Amino acid sequence: MTVALEINNLHVNIGENRILKGIDLTVKQGEIHALMGPNGSGKSTLAYTLAGHPSYVVSAGQATFDGQELLEMEADERSRAGLFLAFQYPVAVPGVTVAKFLRQAINSRRKAANPEDAGIPIPEFRRLLRNKMEVLGIDQKFAGRYLNDGFSGGEKKRAEILQMAILEPKIAIMDETDSGLDIDALRIVAEGAQRLHEMNDMGVLVITHYQRILNYIQPDHVHIMLDGRIVESGGPELALHLEENGYDWLREKYGVAEVA
Amino acid sequence: MAELLPLSRNAVAQLSASLDEPEWMLDLRLQAWDIYESLPVPSTSDEAWRRTDIRRFKLGSVGVSLNGDNGVADTPAPSYLGEQLTDDIAGGVLFEVDGVVKEYELSDELRAQGVIFCDMHTAVREHGELVRQYFMTQAVRADEGKFAALHGAFWRGGVFLYVPRNTIAAAPLHSALWATNGRTFTHTLVVLDTASEATFIDEYASPARGEGQALHNGVIELIVGDEASLHYASLQDFGTNVWQFNHERGRVGRGGKLDWITSVMGTRLTKAFQTAELDAPGSWARMSGIFFTNGRQHIDLDTQQNHNAADTTSDLLYKGALKDQSRSVWQGMIKALPGSQRIDGFQANRNLMLDRTARADSIPGLEIEADDVRCTHASTVGKLDEEEIFYLMSRGIPRHEATRMVIQGFFDPIMQRIPFERVRTRIFDRILEKVG
Repeated sequence: MTVALEINNLHVNIGENRILKGIDLTVKQGEIHALMGPNGSGKSTLAYTLAGHPSYVVSAGQATFDGQELLEMEADERSRAGLFLAFQYPVAVPGVTVAKFLRQAINSRRKAANPEDAGIPIPEFRRLLRNKMEVLGIDQKFAGRYLNDGFSGGEKKRAEILQMAILEPKIAIMDETDSGLDIDALRIVAEGAQRLHEMNDMGVLVITHYQRILNYIQPDHVHIMLDGRIVESGGPELALHLEENGYDWLREKYGVAEVA
Repeated sequence: MAELLPLSRNAVAQLSASLDEPEWMLDLRLQAWDIYESLPVPSTSDEAWRRTDIRRFKLGSVGVSLNGDNGVADTPAPSYLGEQLTDDIAGGVLFEVDGVVKEYELSDELRAQGVIFCDMHTAVREHGELVRQYFMTQAVRADEGKFAALHGAFWRGGVFLYVPRNTIAAAPLHSALWATNGRTFTHTLVVLDTASEATFIDEYASPARGEGQALHNGVIELIVGDEASLHYASLQDFGTNVWQFNHERGRVGRGGKLDWITSVMGTRLTKAFQTAELDAPGSWARMSGIFFTNGRQHIDLDTQQNHNAADTTSDLLYKGALKDQSRSVWQGMIKALPGSQRIDGFQANRNLMLDRTARADSIPGLEIEADDVRCTHASTVGKLDEEEIFYLMSRGIPRHEATRMVIQGFFDPIMQRIPFERVRTRIFDRILEKVG
């Protein structure tokens, strides 16, 4: 059965500030959606809220994932259900190696499915990790480094895609994965996501400012967010239109001032 | 259980006689007793004890048992204690209960090399001249404090390790103390002669929930000769009824190296003075401390790195995590004498607070009387980072497991200084047990 992420009338506050003011969006497995919009429009808030970050308070609305109430679930449960967030700013966890972390992530899944599970055998894990790293052009030494600690911007984004490749989510949210990447790194990262989409029928919500990444991950649907709402939805041509015309025409159309 | 003698000059003499000691040791004990008598009990008005109040410890009710209760433990030692902790089979193993030897082995190879590794009383009897040269004369002295003096008067059990000149003790040495009778005064004395090398793991433990107040009053002396190299790890996991008062000092000769690891997991209260003396050009010392406190534990580690000569290096890193109402104090000092040019001294203390109710005091200090030096210090007291935990959770790792990973990660860099996988695992397992 096709898994879907369905968001209905979602309102989110950070402290006193209303950031999301009624989001409706459905992303199904196998589909690629792009969510575009200027800085401060609430794109990352949507991503963090869906992933279950504790600082974001849902004041109204629902979200379901595979028919389950997503907002009732802890962040780890959401992940194990098959939702993945590629972070815009991946967090460094000093002292925990990439390999140890990934093995724990895999084992947490196995354990949740079967409490008796003894964990992935180490040789099998090593093989899996080596293969995925090779495909993504990641140096094998990476596995022994502390997670995101002292990684360059490009390394962090590659590490996110490596995690995605290993955890094989049903639906992935990529939060400005393209920011801070040069064109070669962008291609590797975006093609990695595209491959997962093709191989596993992974659904993708690509959050971005720019058309650029959409050359590698081609969206079926493009949505534009402004001031906490999705104001326009359309096909790939909408992204191209934005690339040429910027966001000003939208601000005028919807009467929204530019965020300082 | 044997009858306890109250602490007195007469008890010192009786203890020495019952151990069949030579005259010089009796004299040393009696002198220490006189010093003990002359010193007041430390109070919070003494700078070194300002943050550690021991008024609830009943020093007056500490007694001494002449036969060490024969080391008859009511509580059997846990199986992990004394188990092989290194990849290489130990060259020597010494297992003591309450300071009385229960197991002892020294390999033929090390014997043939002239390595001495035995309990402290055997050492006094059989290697008197050698022991006399070093025992509380060069590293720790009885007049350093009330508890150094108490130890000098009533020390019992412990280990002597001597490695002769130009000798590399390839296999590690390992000793373990299991304390059950409420009072232990073990003495560790390590002497590495010129250009020798050794690795020594020294373990201390007692039942997790012992009854009444117990005392451990230990001294550790590490003498590292010119061009010699010592890896020393002391792993302490006493029960929460133990009050520990330790004096520990390493001396490093010209071109010598001391790699000193301390793990503190247990006790109700620990006050330990740990000092590295860098005595000659080229001497190097690294001090690594790991502690984890919970419940009402109070750990006070008072460290000094004394650069007594030019061209010396010291590097200290102490890391601790604190839970519940526990408390830690780290007070560090780097000293450089006026002639100690071109020295490199570093000290850092990092604390991870797991509960708001815990408290860590971190007090670095420098006393530098030379001008061409590089001395730096760092200290931090921080909380668990919720962003790190969220990130791990966002990959499907449950909160509890994510928290354990972050704590483990906090300790990982210092654990990497321990060259033995099984020692690391032992400490990590204990930490995770305490995390719960």
